[in-house]
Amino acid sequence: METYSLLRQFADSWMLLVLFLFFIGVIVWAFRPGSTKAYESTRNIPFRHEDAPAAADASHDKPAQNEEART
Amino acid sequence: MLNYIKLIVLGVIAIFALVAANYARDVAYLVHAIIIFAVSAGLFLWVLRNTDEPVPARVRELSYMDGVVRYGVVATAFWGIIGFIAGTFIAAQLAFPMLNFDWAQGYMNFGRLRPLHTSAVIFAFGGNALIATSFYVVQRTSAARLWGGNLAWFVFWGYNLFIVLAATGYILGGTQSKEYAEPEWYIDLWLTIVWLAYLAVFLGTIIKRKEPHIYVANWFYLSFIVTVAMLHVFNNLSIPVSIWGSKSVQVFAGVQDAMTQWWYGHNAVGFFLTAGFLGMMYYFVPKQAERPVFSYKLSIVHFWALIFIYIWAGPHHLHYTALPDWASTLGMVFSIILWMPSWGGMINGLMTLSGAWDKLRTDPIIRMMVISIGFYGMSTFEGPMMSIRAVNSLSHYTDWTIGHVHSGALGWNGMITFGALYFLVPKLWNRERLYSLSMVSWHFWLATIGIVLYAASMWVTGIMEGLMWREVDANGFLVNSFADTVAAKFPMYVVRATGGLLYVAGAAIMCYNLWMTVKRAPAVEASAATAHATPAE
Repeated sequence: METYSLLRQFADSWMLLVLFLFFIGVIVWAFRPGSTKAYESTRNIPFRHEDAPAAADASHDKPAQNEEART
Repeated sequence: MLNYIKLIVLGVIAIFALVAANYARDVAYLVHAIIIFAVSAGLFLWVLRNTDEPVPARVRELSYMDGVVRYGVVATAFWGIIGFIAGTFIAAQLAFPMLNFDWAQGYMNFGRLRPLHTSAVIFAFGGNALIATSFYVVQRTSAARLWGGNLAWFVFWGYNLFIVLAATGYILGGTQSKEYAEPEWYIDLWLTIVWLAYLAVFLGTIIKRKEPHIYVANWFYLSFIVTVAMLHVFNNLSIPVSIWGSKSVQVFAGVQDAMTQWWYGHNAVGFFLTAGFLGMMYYFVPKQAERPVFSYKLSIVHFWALIFIYIWAGPHHLHYTALPDWASTLGMVFSIILWMPSWGGMINGLMTLSGAWDKLRTDPIIRMMVISIGFYGMSTFEGPMMSIRAVNSLSHYTDWTIGHVHSGALGWNGMITFGALYFLVPKLWNRERLYSLSMVSWHFWLATIGIVLYAASMWVTGIMEGLMWREVDANGFLVNSFADTVAAKFPMYVVRATGGLLYVAGAAIMCYNLWMTVKRAPAVEASAATAHATPAE
């Protein structure tokens, strides 16, 4: 089979199925039990840390990286 | 050490640019070589003067990097004015052809200025707005400083260099004739580098975030950055005729090239002008309304549905062409399905105001954001309708398309950006409030009336033109010549240019207002200011 027909057949069948199932999965996941409560905190993210980053957590920092970029 | 490498690289680029200027085969390439020489030589001197200077103290992670956002805000306002003036001027050129001046023939006629206008408003105004707001939003919603230190500055200056190269190239005839992707091969390569740096800064900040979740606005911004990178690379696959000239030849040919172009073109609308600006909407509308987004679940469904569907809609630009029917039908069907996520997003944005609708009376900024969401809903209703083949046979190649694009671009992209700028400037320059709210109201009404004049006149002229083109007499002969339609369109073209003028006037008022906000508006009280006191690096 030439490349075009092979890719066309794959796109029309398995890939379509995978993308469709992924999409359904996303919707099911968004409405999973307990999501309302979880999202209550997430949707309020813009109202925290407006003026300054969260207190520096040493384990997350990579000071060397920053220093290098500023020279 | 790094400075020595920088010096070597900049020196090599400067010398190469001089050699290129010497061998240049066309004037666009020559001018670009000189611009690149000037920029790289200037940077060389700058780096040289700072080499072996004491390294400034490391900026701690305790503050946000807002200097680059401030520059982005200024660049957005500046390019916005340039782009709007260019658009109003070419609208006037269409109404009054004598504005294609003889002395500027070949440089400032409609054909050269039109890509200048589209790129100035989409990529210069919209792109700078997206980069600036994404840097602002990703820091606040990740509770982390931008990743990569000065890389963010490279993104800002590199992107604006891209814009200068693109704009000068159009005037001098350096174009690969792909709508919204006109810049030639070396400019495309440069944009690819800048864009990957942008992706690195954005993704790096998300990776080191302190919030456990990635806020929905960042999902939209990220999809915009990733998709635009992919679209840009594939649509600009071309082979330069010579390394000393701007001309290049596309790798794809014929209908494949057309399909790639409109896959790019429509997703530039979908991901640059929609997904990116939805990122703005999901941050700035809740902030200005002071209440969280209406439904977070809906925003998740909105995001995935939008990106899954938009990517297929491109073929509706190629109805009744050599494109296979199945592809054109696929594009049409996906365009119609796209209505649902678009309106889901619109509802989510508008309903964020539920319980705060009174703010519409008192706060002109929220009014601006609401009307932008309204125009988003309108143009995402109109678009799917126009993608239906039967409607498209009337609307395609007419001014209706231009009207549709502008109700989206002026209404949705423009207004949400103005809203974001009005929100950002007091915050970024540490001001209590804007200089004048009544000026915001003036801007709001000038822009709104301008858009209404623009869209209404284009509906009339577009449908009239479409009907005149297809009118046949009893013997089956076409009734109207092309010049007949041009003559009939004159009054509507004048109305359109007037609408554009009102829109420019509104934007000029905004610039004055923002300028005076920085200069005159009272600063935030000292106690609150300490929290804001970020180093202006």
